[in-house]
Amino acid sequence: MKLSDRLKKWDVLYFFLTNNKFKIGIGILLFFILLSIIGPFFVHYKPYEFAGEMGTPPSLGHPLGTNPFGYDLYSQLIVALDGTWLIGLLGGGIATLIGLLIGFFAGYEGGFWDELLMMLTNILLVIPTIALLIIIASFLNSRSVVLESIIIGLTGWPWVARAVRAQTLSLKSREFVSLSKISGAGTLKIITQDIAPNMLSYVFMVFILQFGGSILTIVGLSFIGLGPTNSVSLGGMLQDSVLWNALILGYWWWMIPPGVVITFMVASLYFINMAMDEAFNPRLRSM
Amino acid sequence: MRKYLTRKILIYLITFFIAASLDWAIPRVMPGNPVSLIVSRFAQNSSGSAQASLITKQMFDYFMQAFQLNKPWWEQYGLFWRNLFTGNLGISMYLYPKPVLSVILSAVPYDVLFLLPSILLSFWVGNRIGAWAARNKRADNALLPIFYILTSVPYFWLGILLVWVFGTILHVLPMSGAFSYSMTPSFTLAFIFDYLKHWILPFLSLFIVALGGWAIGMRNMIIYELESNYSRYMGSLGASQRLIRKYSYRNAVLPQVTGLALQLGTIVAGAITTEIVFSYPGIGYILFQAIMNKDYPLIQGCFLLIIIAVLLANFIIDVLYMFIDPRIRIAYTEG
Repeated sequence: MKLSDRLKKWDVLYFFLTNNKFKIGIGILLFFILLSIIGPFFVHYKPYEFAGEMGTPPSLGHPLGTNPFGYDLYSQLIVALDGTWLIGLLGGGIATLIGLLIGFFAGYEGGFWDELLMMLTNILLVIPTIALLIIIASFLNSRSVVLESIIIGLTGWPWVARAVRAQTLSLKSREFVSLSKISGAGTLKIITQDIAPNMLSYVFMVFILQFGGSILTIVGLSFIGLGPTNSVSLGGMLQDSVLWNALILGYWWWMIPPGVVITFMVASLYFINMAMDEAFNPRLRSM
Repeated sequence: MRKYLTRKILIYLITFFIAASLDWAIPRVMPGNPVSLIVSRFAQNSSGSAQASLITKQMFDYFMQAFQLNKPWWEQYGLFWRNLFTGNLGISMYLYPKPVLSVILSAVPYDVLFLLPSILLSFWVGNRIGAWAARNKRADNALLPIFYILTSVPYFWLGILLVWVFGTILHVLPMSGAFSYSMTPSFTLAFIFDYLKHWILPFLSLFIVALGGWAIGMRNMIIYELESNYSRYMGSLGASQRLIRKYSYRNAVLPQVTGLALQLGTIVAGAITTEIVFSYPGIGYILFQAIMNKDYPLIQGCFLLIIIAVLLANFIIDVLYMFIDPRIRIAYTEG
C-alpha cells in the first residue's frame, strides 16, 4: 500500500516534469516571480514621480520609457505587479475558501441545505459579477488593494462552490467511502482521510483558475476606473494610456507592456492548470 | 414543459428581486453619504465663505429631498419599486436634465448589434474549431496553447492592440466611435458601410477572445465523449467515424450551451471595457462616463439594465435548452 502510493506520487511528478505545458507555465510564472523580486532593485523613481523626460520611448535610463507626464513606466509596472499578485492570491484564496466550504457542505449534507445553498449559488452565478463589483466599488471613495481583493473574493465563490459540490457528490458515493462508513468511521475521519486527499488536487486547480480570474477581474475593474485608489495597477496604467491618447500618439511602450504582463501571467496559470488536469485525468492526455 | 418554464421564470424573478434590492441597498449601506459627495464637488469650486457654506447646506437639503433620502428606509424601498415599474430611474446628473431611462435606451441598439453577432459567432466558430482540434493531434498541439493565451487576454487590451495596428500604424480603419461625425444614422448604403467599418474592430476583439474559451471547452468535452461507452459501442458496431463524431458533438454541445449562459457576465464585462477603448456609444461607454463623473443614478440604471439583459438572455438559453436536450422535455412532460 505504502509503496504503491509512493509510486503513484512519482508517476504524477514524472508526468509534470515531462509535460511541456507544465514546463512552459511554471517557466513563465517563475519569470514574473523573479521580476517582482529582482525588479525593485532597478526602480529609481516613485510611480508618480516626475522622472525627467516626458513621452520618451524605452532607453537605458527608462527601460519601458516614460509617459507624457514624465512618469517612469518601468517603476509603475513593477509596483503594479505586487498589487496584482496580492489580488490574485487573496481574491482567489477567499473565493476558493468560501466556495469550498459552501460547496462541500451542500454536497456532503444533501437534502434541504443542498437545495438552499445551490439556489443561492445559482442566483449569484447569474448576476454578472462585474455589475455587482461596479456598484460596490463606485460607492467606495477610497479602495485599497486588500479591500478590492476581498470584494472580488466575496463575489467569485459561486463558481468554486458548484465545482466542489459536484466533486463531493461523486466522491461521497465511491466504494471506499461506503467502506469507511460501514466500518464505523466518524464524519470527520471520513472527510479528513477519505475525501480531503482526493479533493486536494482538484481544489488546488480551482484555486489556480480563481487566481487568474481575479487578476483579469481587477484589470477590467481598474480599466473602468474603479481600481485601487492607493496604488498603481496594471489596469490603471492601461486606462491612463487610453484616456491620454497613447493610441493616437503611438506610445506603444505605454499600452503594450502591461497587457503582455497580464496575458502571460494569467496564461501561465492556465497552462499549469491544464497540465495538472492532464496529470490527474489521463484521458485528456491526447499528445 | 410548462412546469419547467414556470420554475425557471420563478427563479429568475427571485434573482431579479435580489439584484434590484442590492442595487437599492448597496449605495445606502456604504460608508459616507453620496449626497455629501456630490455637494462637496460643488463646494470645491466656491471658496469657504459664509455664503458658500449656506448654499452648500441648502444644496445638501435639496438633494436629500430630491433623492428622498430623508424618508424612512421602507418608504424609500417601496418608492424604489414603484419608480422601477413606472420606468422612472431618476435623472442623470452628468447629462442633466436627461432621464436615466432615455440615456440608457439610446445605447441599447448599439449594444445589440455589437454583442449578439460577436457572442453567437464566437460560440459557433469556437465550438467547431475545438471539436476539430479534439480529433487531430497535430492541430491540438498547435492550437491548444493559442486558445489558452487567447482566454488570458483582457478583452479591451486586444482592442487596444487592434486599434494600434489597424488605426495608428496602417490607417485603414477608424479608431473610435460608432460612425463618422459627418454622418447621421440612416438606412443608406454609405452609412451602413461607415457603420460596419467602425463595428469590425470592437467585434473582432470580443469575438477572438471569447472564441478561445469555447474552443477549449469543446475540445475537452469531445475527448470525453469520444472515450465514452456509447462511442466505443458504436465503433464496435461498425458505425462510421463521421457518425460517431456527430453524436459526440451533439452531446458535447449541451454543457457548452449551459456555459454560454454562465459566461454572459464575463462577456458583458469584456464588452464594457472594449466599448471604452473604442469610445463605442453602448452601455459600457455610458457606464464609464457615469463612473468618471460620479453620476450615481446613471450607474444604478446601467446596473439594472445589465442585470435585466443577462437574465433575459439566460431565460432564452433555458428555453432553447429545452429544445436541444430531449431529456428535459421528457422529464417535465411525463413526470
